[in-house]
Amino acid sequence: MAEPARGAYRELVRAQIRSQSQYRASFAMDAALTSCVSVLEILAILVLFRVTPSLGGFSVREAVLIAALCEFAFQIADLAVGNIERIAEYVRTGRMDTVLVRPLSPLGQLLAGDFPLRKAGRVVQGLALYAAALVYAGIDWTPARALLAVTAPVAAGALFAAAFVAGATVAFFWIDSGEFANAFTYGGRTFGTYPQTIYPAWMRVLFGYGFAGYQPALALLGRPDPLGTPAWVAWCTPLAAAAAWVGAVLMWRTGVRHYRSTGS
Amino acid sequence: MPSAAACPRPGPEPESGSDFGSDTRSDTEPDSGSDKNTRSAPDARPAPIPFRDSARAFAALAGAGFRRHSTYRQATVAGVFTNIVFGIMLCAVYVDVAGASGRPGGYTTAQLVSYVWVGQGLLSVVCIWAWKELAERIRSGDVAADLLRPVDPLAAYAAADLGRAGYAVLTRLLAPLAFGLLFYSMYLPQRAVTYPMFAVSVAAATLVSFAGRYLVNLSGFWLLDIRGPISFWMLILGPLCGGYFPLRFLPEWAQWLVWCATPFPSVFQVPLDIAVERTSSGVAAATVLLQIAWAALLFQACARVQRRAVTRLVVQGG
Repeated sequence: MAEPARGAYRELVRAQIRSQSQYRASFAMDAALTSCVSVLEILAILVLFRVTPSLGGFSVREAVLIAALCEFAFQIADLAVGNIERIAEYVRTGRMDTVLVRPLSPLGQLLAGDFPLRKAGRVVQGLALYAAALVYAGIDWTPARALLAVTAPVAAGALFAAAFVAGATVAFFWIDSGEFANAFTYGGRTFGTYPQTIYPAWMRVLFGYGFAGYQPALALLGRPDPLGTPAWVAWCTPLAAAAAWVGAVLMWRTGVRHYRSTGS
Repeated sequence: MPSAAACPRPGPEPESGSDFGSDTRSDTEPDSGSDKNTRSAPDARPAPIPFRDSARAFAALAGAGFRRHSTYRQATVAGVFTNIVFGIMLCAVYVDVAGASGRPGGYTTAQLVSYVWVGQGLLSVVCIWAWKELAERIRSGDVAADLLRPVDPLAAYAAADLGRAGYAVLTRLLAPLAFGLLFYSMYLPQRAVTYPMFAVSVAAATLVSFAGRYLVNLSGFWLLDIRGPISFWMLILGPLCGGYFPLRFLPEWAQWLVWCATPFPSVFQVPLDIAVERTSSGVAAATVLLQIAWAALLFQACARVQRRAVTRLVVQGG
């Protein structure tokens, strides 16, 4: 990407940060509160374990690791590209026109132009929880596992990000589709939070989010998959994310070409 | 995390714009010759509006809310799809939990399955997520028009919200329920009294939820941007209303605290426990009374805060 373009993105993000922090009281409240979301997710898992000794054959320590990894990855993706959801508004009002005529990539503009500063706290929170879950799980550390512990959330975040972008493109065809995409983004987060052993097989195939939390966690814990997937699959999250991005970018391009404006 | 499940997301919030009340205007205006008393003495007593007229206005506004939301068909289909996906996942979780531990929180597996499917349907009936229609109108100054109408904005918005909920019952509640009935073995109510009690409870839950959302929106008179208060509302509402998990999964002291000190169980947990008959009919009736009490209390609070807020209103931009 050319230097001037990068400067433009930087300015867009900076303008967003300035504008979002104008209503100070509301902004501070929003940022502080939404960063508690991840804690609630993990608390919800702990509450479940109050009434059950195991979940899908996993202990509380293992289940919390799966959930924390998935949650952290989701928060990374939500910060980076989550606001792409607003595309529906751009398409409905025709504001997408102005995005398309500017000499910057449409996807890049939409992401930079809506950069959600207030979500940054959630990523910090997610990281802290993930670190705590790693300690709590009592992992037998090896260099390979340390590498996996660092790369897995990033790769899984990329997987979620691809889902956000792919989901957003539906808006080009079906304007009121916001909730449809939610089934695969927020739904994917819920799906990936739990051990995959509890789901029917067709669902595990349809939602590839086993790669987000479950598979890397298995490798970190040194546990063979009760479902019988070979051990090397646990390392394939980056591959899954790359494949998802290829699909997402293709969908995005098709979507942008399909855009017909509002006619007003 | 059952959370997103429970509180999917600010779905495609139907845009408010100015359609609110536009097609009801003719009904709310003191209309034609039907009411002869007010006719004969037009200027004698401008207020209060006779009960029959205000009841008619309320019904018309509710009808408008119903019609308005029935135009967002794509959104309805997409929302139902998402509810069903979440329902399938949550059922997998609860069925596994029940399999490993017998009767979590005193619910049988079938009751938990019903809890999930009725719950997925109720989410959008009681509208558990962000609603900022009033706040947007405060920010833009349009609220001045609401205040000029002969109907109190609190009553007008409540009527529109009940209409919205009515439409949601017919679509968002019935569709996931039908899916659950087709593909899962759900617990069906054994007592006839459960059905009317559930209906009353859902209406009361909608009113409690509405009053809470309205109160949050009223903060816009002071803050203009209400993203913070909305986050606060959704953050505590989700887990404390029984949306993340049935409240009976919590330690007993926490249950007491939530039930006695907050209105949140009245929004979601009460109608769900009635639907799956977790308690005796007597206890269920008591919880409905609790809902009604909370609704009354919150509407009082709304009216009071609104009176103070209105004195502060400065319509921006002249």
